[in-house]
Amino acid sequence: MIRVGFCSERPKNMIPKSENTYDVTIIGGGPAGLSAALSSAKNNAKTLLIEREAKLGGILKQCIHDGFGLIMFKQKLTGPEYAQYYINMLEKTDVEVTCSTFVTEMKRKEDGTFHLVLVTCDGIRHICSKTIVLATGCRERSAKQIFIHGTRPAGILTAGTAQYYTNILGQMPAKKCVILGSGDIGLIMARRLTLEGAVVEGVYEAKKDLGGLLRNYSQCLMDFNIPLHTQTTCTRVFGEKRLSAVEVCAVDDDMNPLEGSERIIECDSLILSVGLIPENELAEKLGIVTDKETNGPAADHCHQTMVDGVFVCGNAFHVNDLVDYVSLGAKTAGKCAALYSKKIRKLIPILHDGYFAYCVPQFIDMSANEKKVDIYFRSRKKEDKIQVTLSAGDEVIISKKYVQIRPSEMELLQIDIGEIEKINNWKNGVSIKMEKVE
Amino acid sequence: MQKEIICIVCPRGCHMNVQILDNAITVEGNACKRGREFAILEMTAPKRSLTTTVRTVYSHFPVLPVRTDTQLPKDLLLEAMKVIDDTIVDYMVKMHDVIIKDILGTGCNIIASCDLPRIPEERADI
Repeated sequence: MIRVGFCSERPKNMIPKSENTYDVTIIGGGPAGLSAALSSAKNNAKTLLIEREAKLGGILKQCIHDGFGLIMFKQKLTGPEYAQYYINMLEKTDVEVTCSTFVTEMKRKEDGTFHLVLVTCDGIRHICSKTIVLATGCRERSAKQIFIHGTRPAGILTAGTAQYYTNILGQMPAKKCVILGSGDIGLIMARRLTLEGAVVEGVYEAKKDLGGLLRNYSQCLMDFNIPLHTQTTCTRVFGEKRLSAVEVCAVDDDMNPLEGSERIIECDSLILSVGLIPENELAEKLGIVTDKETNGPAADHCHQTMVDGVFVCGNAFHVNDLVDYVSLGAKTAGKCAALYSKKIRKLIPILHDGYFAYCVPQFIDMSANEKKVDIYFRSRKKEDKIQVTLSAGDEVIISKKYVQIRPSEMELLQIDIGEIEKINNWKNGVSIKMEKVE
Repeated sequence: MQKEIICIVCPRGCHMNVQILDNAITVEGNACKRGREFAILEMTAPKRSLTTTVRTVYSHFPVLPVRTDTQLPKDLLLEAMKVIDDTIVDYMVKMHDVIIKDILGTGCNIIASCDLPRIPEERADI
């Protein structure tokens, strides 16, 4: 790893003021960016990794709990360890890394390469890159996006912000709090704040089912006797300067509040764990087509978006529930970006029915050198005994049975392009279906 | 004695049914061997890993993430937190360095989850 234009450490060399050229430029130095950079460098591409924070690692830096790395490293690691393992591997490559750097402009030039404007500690820099890998991650849904009524006191924060205060700054964001939403970060913060001496009054979930993984319900809530109230949401907040109380209310199946079930809870903080949205402001600048279901760019199995030469991986592509899957996908993205050639793709769509919340990738590039296709999907509802079938026309390519599928758990279906080529009718695309089995 | 347990070994989260009858333990619903081991331990001597932070003296890195190298008895978690709260790191640390040895006499060490980044140098040209 060669640190360029790095603020907090003396850089070995700077990005030259005149335009510099790279094969692959990766935007975002979290788990996706780290894995993509490593894989791009392994495939001998001149690689630049851009990170807007002062340190690499992205959200892993503050995810101090364990459970990461079971697939990639065959052991249970904490977030900082998982990041450190990748950073240590990256140290051995000649990937150029620039931290505290923002990408402000991105344009495709006439020769098909990309021109990027960066704001660095050394001032504005212009670089040129054959390909771009978007690894910009996702953002948390905030209080404004879920329409809670009331005043605007301090003390309403997202689970990620609470995590940043506790685990990076070492400061407690709450003494007594209510957690709205049962996503994984919310559950993990319930345990974290309890361990640090705060009182977590309860976790409230508007939906019928838990948003996060079952193991997190068990080890974060049950272990510490923190109650989970499903089909209950927060309807109002009170307080002038600081939050003083919240109103919670039961909701029906259509999420409408049930009158008369309101309850006031005194607390100084309301922590929101109500979902994540891929970050794609940069992608929009390139006119990238986004999928309405994932909120991320549509891409083929090589992670190449509908704009040639622009790749996407990690949570910017779709919100993953395991960092291991992020690393695996980003590895493919980095490799395909490094080996990118300007040939015309032979794209076929992967179609799915309404039982799926989403399915990625949206396309398979039948002409690609990358033959391995990883299809990830999420179901819209919790279902027991399900068979998922990938087919072209009437011919089945692969089918897999699941004891249970849940919206909060992403499932993976792996195939080889060769298996699709064996089928006669693949030219119109393949489709994925969900059926009940006994 | 019978108990329903959600396995926390891996993200799969199996629902397990554990039964103890005349010193014989039966486990149902586990997808793997590790689940069975977890269920038995959960009924006899439940253990958990602990992840938290230790205060440092460095303003560029106020807290260092740490974890247990093995697992602690579940009912000692809060007591272990008190010991960790009283610790301050005032030296440079590499990932997996031992920060607290043999916490509460359990044989379990508290180790660093990552390197403590070195203090940023002043840059002459800014």
